[in-house]
Amino acid sequence: MSSDSGLAVQHGTDQGGLGQGTEGAAAQVGDQVRNAPKPQDPAWAPGAVRIERVLGASLAVLGAGPETVLQHLIALQHAFSYVPEEAVARLVAALGVTRAQILAAVDFYAFLHQTPRGRFDIRFSDNITDRMLGSEALLAQLCAALGVRPGEPREDGAVCVDCTSCTGMCDQGPAALVNGYALTRLDAERIRRIAALVETGTPLAHWPRELFVVSNNVEQPGLLLSDLEPREAGLHALLRRGADAVLATLAESGLRGRGGAGFTTADKWRFCRDAPGREKVVVCNADEGEPGTFKDRVLLASYADLVLEGMTIAAGVIGASQGFLYLRGEYRHLLEHLDAVLTRRRAWGLLGGGIGAWPGSALGARGGFDFDIRIHLGAGAYICGEESALIESLEGKRGIPRKRPPFPVTAGYLDRPTLVNNVETFVAAARIAEHGGGWFRGQGTERSPGSKILSISGDCTWPGVYEVPFGTSVAEVLERCGGADTQAVQVSGAAGVTLLPTEFERKLAFEDLPTAGSFMVLDRRRDLLEMVRSFAAFFAHESCGFCTPCRVGGRLVLDLVEKVAAGAGGTHDLDELRDIALVMRRASHCGLGQTAANHVLDTLDKFPRIYRERLRGADYAPSFDLDAALAEARALRKRKDAAAHLALEG
Amino acid sequence: MTDAHSTPSTDSASAERSAFTLDGRCIPFAPGETIMDAALAAGVYIPHLCHKPGYAPHGSCRVCVVRADGRELSACTAPALAGLKVESETEDIHALRLAVLQMLFVEGNHVCPACEASGACALQAVAYHCGMLTPRFPQRFPQRALDASHPDFILDHNRCILCELCVRASRDHDRKRVFAVSGRGIASRLIVDAPSGRLGDTSFSSEDEAAQVCPVGAILLRRRAFRVPIGKRRYDLAPISRTGDVATQLQAELEAETLDT
Amino acid sequence: MIASAKAIPADRPNGKLIVATASLAGCFGCHMSLLDLDERLVDLMELVSFDRMPLTDIKHIGLCDLGLIEGGVANAENLAVLRDFRRHCRVLVAVGTCAVTGGVPAMRNNLPLEACLKEAFVHGPGLVDRGIPDDPELPLLLRQVHPIHEVVRVDYFLPGCPPSADAIWSLLGAVLDGRPVALPPEQLRYD
Repeated sequence: MSSDSGLAVQHGTDQGGLGQGTEGAAAQVGDQVRNAPKPQDPAWAPGAVRIERVLGASLAVLGAGPETVLQHLIALQHAFSYVPEEAVARLVAALGVTRAQILAAVDFYAFLHQTPRGRFDIRFSDNITDRMLGSEALLAQLCAALGVRPGEPREDGAVCVDCTSCTGMCDQGPAALVNGYALTRLDAERIRRIAALVETGTPLAHWPRELFVVSNNVEQPGLLLSDLEPREAGLHALLRRGADAVLATLAESGLRGRGGAGFTTADKWRFCRDAPGREKVVVCNADEGEPGTFKDRVLLASYADLVLEGMTIAAGVIGASQGFLYLRGEYRHLLEHLDAVLTRRRAWGLLGGGIGAWPGSALGARGGFDFDIRIHLGAGAYICGEESALIESLEGKRGIPRKRPPFPVTAGYLDRPTLVNNVETFVAAARIAEHGGGWFRGQGTERSPGSKILSISGDCTWPGVYEVPFGTSVAEVLERCGGADTQAVQVSGAAGVTLLPTEFERKLAFEDLPTAGSFMVLDRRRDLLEMVRSFAAFFAHESCGFCTPCRVGGRLVLDLVEKVAAGAGGTHDLDELRDIALVMRRASHCGLGQTAANHVLDTLDKFPRIYRERLRGADYAPSFDLDAALAEARALRKRKDAAAHLALEG
Repeated sequence: MTDAHSTPSTDSASAERSAFTLDGRCIPFAPGETIMDAALAAGVYIPHLCHKPGYAPHGSCRVCVVRADGRELSACTAPALAGLKVESETEDIHALRLAVLQMLFVEGNHVCPACEASGACALQAVAYHCGMLTPRFPQRFPQRALDASHPDFILDHNRCILCELCVRASRDHDRKRVFAVSGRGIASRLIVDAPSGRLGDTSFSSEDEAAQVCPVGAILLRRRAFRVPIGKRRYDLAPISRTGDVATQLQAELEAETLDT
Repeated sequence: MIASAKAIPADRPNGKLIVATASLAGCFGCHMSLLDLDERLVDLMELVSFDRMPLTDIKHIGLCDLGLIEGGVANAENLAVLRDFRRHCRVLVAVGTCAVTGGVPAMRNNLPLEACLKEAFVHGPGLVDRGIPDDPELPLLLRQVHPIHEVVRVDYFLPGCPPSADAIWSLLGAVLDGRPVALPPEQLRYD
């Protein structure tokens, strides 16, 4: 085993898996650790030789364009559990980016660090569904077992235990990541085992495989996920019928983007095809960060060929030669598999040069077309699911949503016309190319043709992936997944809509309940304010910080929700909460900020009880804990008498 | 207010191709201009902080929020469209803008009585324009550094509003890339490009365009304090609605006067 | 523009409204500005009578129509006075930048209390009897200095360091008449 070979970004190589790479990295870091007192100790720092080896490998694969910086940083993080200072200097020299730009990126992405995390970097998924399955107790258990506090690397450099945003394992939580790899179905027994593995310094490759088993629970396949033979039929349709015909078919199908916004896919493809500029780019948005959604993970794991086929069809239609699959960092466990699929497709002539350059192909006369796909890893930033932020991230920058116009279809990646579609959209496009627009329209509603793939989690008997026709009611979905005594359903994730039981007859469709697929069920045992707090914390953490309403408002909302939850709020706080939420909705720069307080507005309207039952008597409550604010002075003055405390009300 | 838009004559049709209305007033525009560009050129003020004519539109502060076609937009990034009905000084938009300003005030440590930029500060002047009487929200009192490492400048992060004018000036005009915004969310912060992280160790100089653009008191030229006394500063002489990048004769005169003092 | 316009009914038995004032963590500059009303004070005295304020030396506030608070909230005594004002005043006004935002005293907020006290009483220049005062009568300091609306509901805000006499006059006129306060631009200052 070459020690640093498997680290991070060697897409398209034979490395990168859970086994070799991580073991190598862990062993090396571990070797340095044993005699090191503190993580920051210079003795800890990897030597120039090792940095050069990791960076050299990464540069060899990806080149030294400034846009590659994020991938190099991910490689360094994966190898050393942080981005060493020496490596920053080396990147500045090699890529022509500034040090400030690099540090800004490291500081932006949650999975990148300027100081070592340790040999094992464990992050608990902190979605409300994980909490409902008991993740808080497990986090506390692991911290106690290892003698650490959340977020603080252990002094011996062995481990750091922390939380992270939803890792997309809601149907098999509580979940976590260790050195980027998904752990599922955690329980007290597994936590004990994990603690022991950490303490014995067992390389990750030798950890029991069952800890890493990720199930692809397709509970109900529908239109898109049934009758999958023959393979590549959509691509063959393109080669047989030509780009114009396939685009017409797509238009006939009425397919709308599955990421949530619902823009007509054929229009997007046409705009991109017609945009001036020879170098066009196809991007698959697999930055599935919306809390409660995991169907893209399942599509990439079980239907990767269909996804890549859809991308290839898109490339053929719009005339793109470059493709990216933007894979969220949380799905690193899929990297090896996806790389293998890409390699196989290249070997089969389905990717690379001269696709479809054979007799009888409509594109054959022109020598087919050239198209290849590179996987780009994310590093813990929900905002990169927004297509222009994703493009910024592809260019190696912080994921800040761009202003529009220009739209990505005319000026996206490196200002090239760029088509960004959701994973599921590409799957649908491939199936439509195969079966035709009428076939697709056979399901769904007039304005929402076809099916929708849902990620169902929370309080239900059979969580997992369900493909249902658009127009299906929430009640029907609950019936299928075994949701009983349901208090509320959160449709389309934290940014979506909170539904009362009286609304369960509403239909999943763009015209009624638009959804990107997340479907979280909460039964009557649940404290809905805890869900609100969880979402508010999520958005405060995931705001990119670019615009004022989201950057500041998101934090104000979290503070107010926590104040109310702590029993320290008054009715005035609820008025403020509503007002700030509306400012965020109306004045924010991008969709994240505009939707970040939906859950607050929805629950204030539909579930006022969850707030009101916690208010203290007064309509106006102080913004801080008055008595606690005197604690420091009491300690300084050594006062313990009653007169040194404040009466609560007054 | 009546203008060419109200009558469907051929004249109005041609006028519609090149004008929109802002609070009922007809604003002509050239192709490619934003709502902000056209309004300022017509001498109509829309409050703004991160926007500066001659700089690429940014759209981050959201103070220039206006309502058009039933939704809110930032005037500095939204292209002007013929026939658009834009609302800016309505009660509704005013409330929104005020809340955004209040967020900026509580986010940092803005102590006007102790700030050298008072009277020449765009944040303060825009807040005056909007009649802000209170920051309203709980003050965050963030812990931020003051960087006094540069011989000619003070960089006081307490007052930075993350408008990125210095970032853009240094990158696009000075070709230096001295500044960047780091982190995310409420932890976002301005950093400088030096291994020490200190401004004094960068190539930043008083010749830089970036040295002139800070709208607040975050980047302060040393040895200039009180050269222009309080009461005689830019926005003391005339409100920002008359001097804030609005194309008027007055502004040019004021600029000259302020520099001379 | 003012957020709320809370009217004081002008139907007092003696025709005068009762006003109280206090300076919390402030410098009394706002009170000085009140005195800057000069001859307008005479007009004011026709309209109001003063309850607790520095000039009357009344220690405990009675029921009042209007309370004017200068300064932010820096210690336990400030808290007690402020809450007492809120309980006794129909209308409460934050007067001056310190009451409105915390102001200059809040610049200590990012230092530990101990460091502040040591700088003031131990390491500072010109001290004779060095040592942090420890009299139990001295109120305990809050961890941070806060604007008053972070503790109690405030009906009107009048920024300025200090607000000018004209601004105070505008405010009083409006509040006494039960009108919304509208400060002319030249009276709206934060410094």
